[in-house]
Amino acid sequence: MKVILPFFLVIAIVFFIYGGIKFYDAHIILGIIIPYVCFAVAIVGFVARVIKWAISPVPFNITTVCGQQKSLPFIRHSFIESPASRTGVFIRMLFETLFFRSLSRNDRAELYGNERRLIYGRDRYLWLASILFHWSLLIIVLRHLRFFLEPVPHWILFLQDLDSLFQSHLTPFYISNVLISMGILYLFFRRFKKRNYYISLPSDYFILFLIGGIIISGILLRHIYRADLYSVKVFLYGLIYLNPVPFGGFGVMFYIHFCLICILLAYLPYSKLMHMAGVFLSPTRNIRNDSRARRHINPWNYPVKVHSYEEWEKEFKDALKEAGIPQEGGNG
Amino acid sequence: MIKILISLILFLMVVFLPVGYNVYTGKTAYIPVLQPPEQRGECVENVMFMRKKHSLLLEKWRDAYVRDGIKRYVSINGIYKISLTGTCLECHSNKTQFCDRCHDYLGVKPRCWSCHNIPEKVAKK
Amino acid sequence: MDKPDEIKKTLNIDRPEGDWMESKVEFKKGTYCYGAPLKHQQYLGLPHQREWQPHDPDWKLPENWKEIIIEGMKGILKKNRALKLFMDICVRCGACADKCHFFIGSGDPKNMPVVRAELLRSVYRRYFTLQGRLFRRLAGARDLTVDVLKEWFYYFYQCTECRRCSVYCPYGIDTCEITMAARELLNLVGCNIQWIVEPASNCYRTGNHLGVPPHAFKETLGFALDEIRDITGINIEAPINKKGAEVLFVAPSADYFASPHWYTLLGYLMLFHEIGLDYTWSAYASEGGNFGLFHSTELAKRLNAKIYEEAKRLKVKWILGGECGHMWRVIHQYMDTMNGPADFLEVPVSPITGTRFEHARSTKMIHIAEFTADLIQNNKLNLDKSRNDKWIITFHDSCNPARSMGLLEEPRFIIKNTCNHFYEMPENTIREKTFCCGSGAGLGADENLEMRLKGGMPRAMAVKYVKEKYGVNMLACMCAIDKAALPAVLDYWVSGVEVCGVHELVGNALVMKGEKKRETNLRGEPLE
Repeated sequence: MKVILPFFLVIAIVFFIYGGIKFYDAHIILGIIIPYVCFAVAIVGFVARVIKWAISPVPFNITTVCGQQKSLPFIRHSFIESPASRTGVFIRMLFETLFFRSLSRNDRAELYGNERRLIYGRDRYLWLASILFHWSLLIIVLRHLRFFLEPVPHWILFLQDLDSLFQSHLTPFYISNVLISMGILYLFFRRFKKRNYYISLPSDYFILFLIGGIIISGILLRHIYRADLYSVKVFLYGLIYLNPVPFGGFGVMFYIHFCLICILLAYLPYSKLMHMAGVFLSPTRNIRNDSRARRHINPWNYPVKVHSYEEWEKEFKDALKEAGIPQEGGNG
Repeated sequence: MIKILISLILFLMVVFLPVGYNVYTGKTAYIPVLQPPEQRGECVENVMFMRKKHSLLLEKWRDAYVRDGIKRYVSINGIYKISLTGTCLECHSNKTQFCDRCHDYLGVKPRCWSCHNIPEKVAKK
Repeated sequence: MDKPDEIKKTLNIDRPEGDWMESKVEFKKGTYCYGAPLKHQQYLGLPHQREWQPHDPDWKLPENWKEIIIEGMKGILKKNRALKLFMDICVRCGACADKCHFFIGSGDPKNMPVVRAELLRSVYRRYFTLQGRLFRRLAGARDLTVDVLKEWFYYFYQCTECRRCSVYCPYGIDTCEITMAARELLNLVGCNIQWIVEPASNCYRTGNHLGVPPHAFKETLGFALDEIRDITGINIEAPINKKGAEVLFVAPSADYFASPHWYTLLGYLMLFHEIGLDYTWSAYASEGGNFGLFHSTELAKRLNAKIYEEAKRLKVKWILGGECGHMWRVIHQYMDTMNGPADFLEVPVSPITGTRFEHARSTKMIHIAEFTADLIQNNKLNLDKSRNDKWIITFHDSCNPARSMGLLEEPRFIIKNTCNHFYEMPENTIREKTFCCGSGAGLGADENLEMRLKGGMPRAMAVKYVKEKYGVNMLACMCAIDKAALPAVLDYWVSGVEVCGVHELVGNALVMKGEKKRETNLRGEPLE
């Protein structure tokens, strides 16, 4: 149920786009209204979500420390895993966001053999698939900038060359396309492992189908159902300068690819994909472990009812006297 | 809070960077004008086909000629000699205003010319 | 409860069945804690006071309990970015799933940190997000019902806030924050457990978790001094509420009530005497351990306030803290923020070595392991390692000092300088990846024993490994709850491995000026 429903939802979206173009020539809706609306929703939603997070304070320093603290001079402190300086935090965040440091720690608990011994094995497949997926995605997004920049900068050409290193045809396949497909296939199939299936929601599958749809349509668009790229760039260029010129010459596949991306963008601020912004704000990672050296301020810190020493002394006056424990007013 | 706002603004600036880039290069309204060949009439195949798939056609030509020794290409528009310089460049002799202009526009770097000669009359133009 | 092997045989951590959104929780004896007694709810002035037990069919909730919880949730979301963020960004990758000791030990799929969080998240989605309001179940949203509340109670009192999952989470999502929030919400409708509220109330009133009055506190310290005299032949003093002392010493109150904590207490006292530290105990702030933390930030602050108040009154220069787990979470990450600034104190300087503890320059409180490690490094202690020779030792990092402080090397440094035989447990189970004892965060109640033993299983298995490989027979640790919980856990799963504090080892090895020849260790067992 939680797999089939999102699958058919994505299929329905694709059919909607297909039908719109094939039978109703809905270029205005699919080529102009949808992109503008989706982009606006994405930007406003993204900003609103981040601001919504930002207005809540971080009341306490809750760093998750993953290494030796900075304490005594003769004990080597873990500069990155238990950062005591801004530089340390910066490097920690860099590792976290670029190389998924925490995920690379992953291991797998298993009850092994007849004795059911509890053992832990390295499990880096999830990390590998995530790295493949995210880095390929970055390269793919950068490559697509050729449709938005004029003149196309040299580094994009260089990136393209690099990405098509195994060139065999005039339309080379991109390595990143292969890697992202491998990555997402792993991420998709692992969601069917019993335990991951148990924790998954329909939206987890929906996003996988949506991104999968974008990847498939993109590859088809490049290698089989080709679009006239000249008109594509003129069209996209027109869009970003608010001068939309819907051309007819793209073919359905282009619209499928394009509209799925628009929908993904619009869905982004309301989905778990907001982890792309959230990871930077995570208080367990982006604060220094220096809470005893520098006072962390809690803006809503308020006075509380405390059992004061005076009350305590009053209550236990006799006991204190009997035990000969010094009191404020003397033991007389 | 302020740090987050600054980062958010930076992020938005990155998102809108392409818009600014083209303003900077002064090409916000740029649409390359492709010089069609001086001779009239349709290309080897119809225009839409050529726009989308000329690279595939050339590849097919290459394989047909080099591997199978086929020297003729038959299409609805006629019979053509399979030859980049002989057939294509014969009409599209304005390579810089036609081929290159569009290839540059889209960041495509075809490798045709790492083997093929550019005929003198084309190179001059 | 079944034998260890039986439990392991039926344990299933790979193939959970069913759908977490559906099932109803069943309060099975041995796997949950009892409700808080009315008397202590009243003493602390907690919301919606009543006599109540989790296994009662009717929880006697307030009429508008739903609004209270939803309003409460709104309040916490407004006050805490961490919770807001953690509600939104989880991708359910499952990296945390088999990192939880309760999940590994019990196989109950709702003990996977991600699902534990989803229990709260599903309600968050339902009432605070558009997609949840529109698409309900399809968006992973659930209505807040009594069954959901009961499930919250069951599973959020089955999390020891040990933060192990947070180490592995690619976004640093900390289930501890989620559990803390959920417990605050449960508290708003009067759902507390006895083993948190009663100790908290006792600490609030008397200064220790058992509610023992000050003269009994003094008496206990007296017993400890007698014992030390018997072992070493030296007369030691333990000043209480002494004004103008240089250092205030605060330990978890279990140290002077329970065993094997007791031997750690002896270790402290001997150490302080030997180096001639000018210090004082306080009968008013005699509990460092903070049961309030397991209840709400407010109660944590109310209990913690005593430490600074007493330091101010006694005009000490700085504060030294004993071996404790969550006490150090509070001191390291909360105390200064909650009850600071401690501008009436000075930056801690060891009067013996002159070392300035710059890393505690604001909070002005240092951990005794830091203090002792510095003494050893500066050759201020005469240590005879051979006195610990009968023990082959391994070290268990306690959750909070490890993952909330980074106090990893100091205790190891001390152990290596006081013992000859020390072996580490497997890499995946120590330091920041250490496993919880299964009884932290207020779950150490007797009635919860089955769950505690299951939760302690991963730790015990690692101990079993070093026992079989190196013959380890002693587990050193630095947390009062560890010391209370692990003997039972190890006895059940491993057997033949005892538990001690790090400063018990120090006390054993410490060669004191003018001591008689030691016949026994601090436990009264003959030295080999």
